[in-house]
Amino acid sequence: MIVLLGVLVVVIGFATKRNPLLVVGVAGIATGLLGGLSPGKVLAAFGQGFADSRAVTIFAITLPVIGLLERYGLQEQARNLIARFGKLTTGRFLALYLGMRQIGAALGLTDVFGHAQTVRPLAAPMAEGAAERKYGALPQKARERIRSLAASADNVGRFFGEDVFLAVGSILLITGFVNTTYGTHLEPLHLALWAIPTAVCAFVFHGWRLLRLDRQLERELRAADAAPDTTAAEAAK
Amino acid sequence: MIKAEWFYWLVGLSFLVMAAQMFTDRSNPKRFGTAAFWGLIGAGFIYSSWVVNKQAPAEPLGVAVLVMAVLAGFGFTGRGTPRTSTPEQRTASAAKFGSRLFIPALTIPVVAMICAVGVKELSIGGEPLLQEGSETILGLGIGSIAALVVAMVMLREKRIAVPVESGRSMLESMGWAMLLPQMLATLGTIFQVSGVGAQVGKITTAVLPDNSLYIAIVVYCVGMFLFTLVMGNAFAAFPVMTAAVGWPVLVGHFHGNAPAVLALGMLAGFCGTLVTPMAANFNIVPAALLELKDQYGPIKAQLPTAGVLLGCNIVIMALFAF
Repeated sequence: MIVLLGVLVVVIGFATKRNPLLVVGVAGIATGLLGGLSPGKVLAAFGQGFADSRAVTIFAITLPVIGLLERYGLQEQARNLIARFGKLTTGRFLALYLGMRQIGAALGLTDVFGHAQTVRPLAAPMAEGAAERKYGALPQKARERIRSLAASADNVGRFFGEDVFLAVGSILLITGFVNTTYGTHLEPLHLALWAIPTAVCAFVFHGWRLLRLDRQLERELRAADAAPDTTAAEAAK
Repeated sequence: MIKAEWFYWLVGLSFLVMAAQMFTDRSNPKRFGTAAFWGLIGAGFIYSSWVVNKQAPAEPLGVAVLVMAVLAGFGFTGRGTPRTSTPEQRTASAAKFGSRLFIPALTIPVVAMICAVGVKELSIGGEPLLQEGSETILGLGIGSIAALVVAMVMLREKRIAVPVESGRSMLESMGWAMLLPQMLATLGTIFQVSGVGAQVGKITTAVLPDNSLYIAIVVYCVGMFLFTLVMGNAFAAFPVMTAAVGWPVLVGHFHGNAPAVLALGMLAGFCGTLVTPMAANFNIVPAALLELKDQYGPIKAQLPTAGVLLGCNIVIMALFAF
């Protein structure tokens, strides 16, 4: 029972808003020592964990070229481009991105899209550009909301697309764990097929929420237009 | 054969170069801590190659990881003033280059796709050109390098320091969130060897009433969701909840369709990933990348979808898996 203290450390750490790195560090050390690992073993576990999981950090390699292009106006051009497609509203654009992300992930192209390589330089500025075309400069709150939803479209599309692909980590984890632990033989194909119903639900529901963004922006920003005094006062600050 | 490790060295090396830039950046009030943090990550990336091959001990790397956690966790890292172009310069440059700016940006996904689909099959002298199982990662790396070359030629930018500088500025804004996913991988391993999973499994089995299929389905899916919240990763939750409920109760006792039960259980865990700050690479890093004031912005945007999809998984399992 006492090893569950580590879980408690994580929960309390988050409830009291401690830095997650420290929370995880303390939880790991406490659990390891309580679970009977020697201090050397705990250190080795931290080292091994870092070495084995480097793949999650390698998207950093895309940052220099993205940064360079942004310096030369990539985000501005993304906004200009979307302005030419009058029918592509913010919500429709993000729903389209969601669909593309999901199909890409289902075909195994998980790392082709991503927050560093496609959301920041392309999808987020385009989504904002579509709203700016209609409403002019956006208030901070609307900007944050559009950007957050752009990030969400990438995550939802990825998570609920990738399991439709056979060779993805989570499918292989399921077959690997069950086949070795219970001595059965599950086929990755059957697991992948059972990911399709949820994938459809994800596209329909999250897509609907993205489309609804258009109406929300319409309501909020038209209302702001009707009361120009407050926005002018805010701008003056 | 192009190996994944070469690519990790390149990433480590670029972190080291960026750390050197951070060290000399006087606009950053915490330049020494920042440089130490990223320098350690860079060195760790390279040293890891020997740890993975079992040719070097993992303990020194573990010490380095804890030092990194202390540096970032106690606020010894910061960021400098980014040296970049003005909005006017960007608008002018966008007008000058126009949509040609998209060519390098699209080079990354296109090359990544070609590597994942086409180059994967290529082999030279019986050896595959790209290390097996790492094709997408290598594609991302090769695509980034190709894109950088295309961009520098197209923009007539001769100083390699300029892109490195721009990338470094983004790294600084991400700070601790960059390291968290790698720390979490460790926590998962430690929890497993210390028997946390077995304990959670015991508790779950104890609270589970006999012979109630629907409660068992809900406990499996919600358990996946909650355990993923804590661990930041459905992969750590899956073996625990499956050993406790998924396999013995749902598949064994109630004769559920195993692929359906397990696939939907995993997807219930993914709903947890959407709403946990522990999954920093999906939820916190994007907030930094998109320069959001609210670092929980993406999580808030995902919360309703996560809740509804958790319900969908439960309903689909109840309707079709038995």
